[in-house]
Amino acid sequence: MITLTRIVKRFGEQTVLHEVDLTLGEGTVTALIGPSGSGKSTLLRCVNLLEMPQSGELKLGDSHLVFTPGKPADRRAVLALRQQTGMVFQNFQLFPHRTALGNVMEGLVTVQRWPEDKARRRALDLLDKVGMAHKADAFPASLSGGQQQRVAIARALAPSPRVLLCDEPTSALDPELAGEVVAVLRQLAEEGTTMLMATHDLRLAASVAHQAVFLEAGKVVESGPSRELFSSPRQARTAGFIATLTAAAGGHGAN
Amino acid sequence: MPHWMQLMLDSLGPLLWAGLVFTVPLTLLSFAGGLVLGYLTALARLFGPRPLVAIARFYVWIFRGTPLLVQLFLIFYGLPSVGIVLDAFPAALIGFILNVGAYTSEIVRSAISAVPSGQWEASYSIGMNWRQAMARTILPQAGRIAVPPLSNSFIALVKDTSLAAAVTVPELFQAAQRIVATTYEPLILYIEAALIYLVLSSALSLLQSRLETRLGGYGGFLGEKA
Repeated sequence: MITLTRIVKRFGEQTVLHEVDLTLGEGTVTALIGPSGSGKSTLLRCVNLLEMPQSGELKLGDSHLVFTPGKPADRRAVLALRQQTGMVFQNFQLFPHRTALGNVMEGLVTVQRWPEDKARRRALDLLDKVGMAHKADAFPASLSGGQQQRVAIARALAPSPRVLLCDEPTSALDPELAGEVVAVLRQLAEEGTTMLMATHDLRLAASVAHQAVFLEAGKVVESGPSRELFSSPRQARTAGFIATLTAAAGGHGAN
Repeated sequence: MPHWMQLMLDSLGPLLWAGLVFTVPLTLLSFAGGLVLGYLTALARLFGPRPLVAIARFYVWIFRGTPLLVQLFLIFYGLPSVGIVLDAFPAALIGFILNVGAYTSEIVRSAISAVPSGQWEASYSIGMNWRQAMARTILPQAGRIAVPPLSNSFIALVKDTSLAAAVTVPELFQAAQRIVATTYEPLILYIEAALIYLVLSSALSLLQSRLETRLGGYGGFLGEKA
């Protein structure tokens, strides 16, 4: 169980998250949806502390962090927490100077201090899982966007994180390439990987997520089982937003 | 054999010797020292607390804003007035390191800044600390960006070491001056000295393009060469 309690995040004068609560059950997939600027990416990045909340509480595995305004979090606690999370970025952010294999091995060798050959075996297994074993020695620049994102998923999974955070994992991809990434994420979901994803991709949210949370202006408007939330939203605002997503998906081949 | 050729051949030994014993070591040590100083200065400017940023900026301002020759004179001829007496070679070395450090700090700073911030985030997301992210992700990419401008500085430095002659370091150019003093053949000797500098800097240019090819292996146009 991963819980975020009363998370507040401010950028300067602007409050981006207003006391947001979020609970992720073990083995569940939660989609964060909402218009641009609603704070969904920020909330996602508060889970692995790429953004540091001003106040609130975060419980994840062995980590329990309490944030107080003006008091920076303990650096070692932050590193310990990050080692229990994996992240997939909108624009992949693979290390361009390392091969696909090197990218996946990097965290294991540098952070977890695994011996090289053990890390290589694990990395090859993961590349195989995302269908990229045949490109193990390729550099990111020679891979398509969908291939890069699949390698990035393998890299994020390498240290066996408790939760996989996906920040708009298909937004930089055309529908066909997005399809490969959705397929990989769906497979991970079926295997019981705990995931939290910020997305505009209705196909991804509807086909992979168990739970959906609709955020607007830094507040949770509505949350619940994704099927219910998408088919019969309780709040007018949620219904309106989902209608725009469905319209967009109709126009662009379900993306 | 014509007179000029004989003269060049006779002086080739002393000139090459001066180059080997003074010019080359002065260049290599100054560049190595300048690179370390430049890296530290760049780190101070990018990541240091405010006072350190101010010190770094002041240092770069002074050493980029005044002539290298004046800096060398101040260190070798000026400092003895306040009780600091240095031999010619260490005085020149210190001057060159300070000067090279100021220029390379700007190169290193811009190269580190040029690596997308997403690369830091990707490194942090797999659990790296600042030091690991810097060493494993940022510097390898910044290094590749910095090679052409650093090579520029290096080649400029080879030629600038001739200024050490002015503070009595018996390097290549001073060796030429001394031969001119006895033979009264400035045209021939200075052409010869120029040619030796040209050979040195050409060798460095060659080294630069080799290095760029090697570091370019992961770039788009070279495809999937491992």
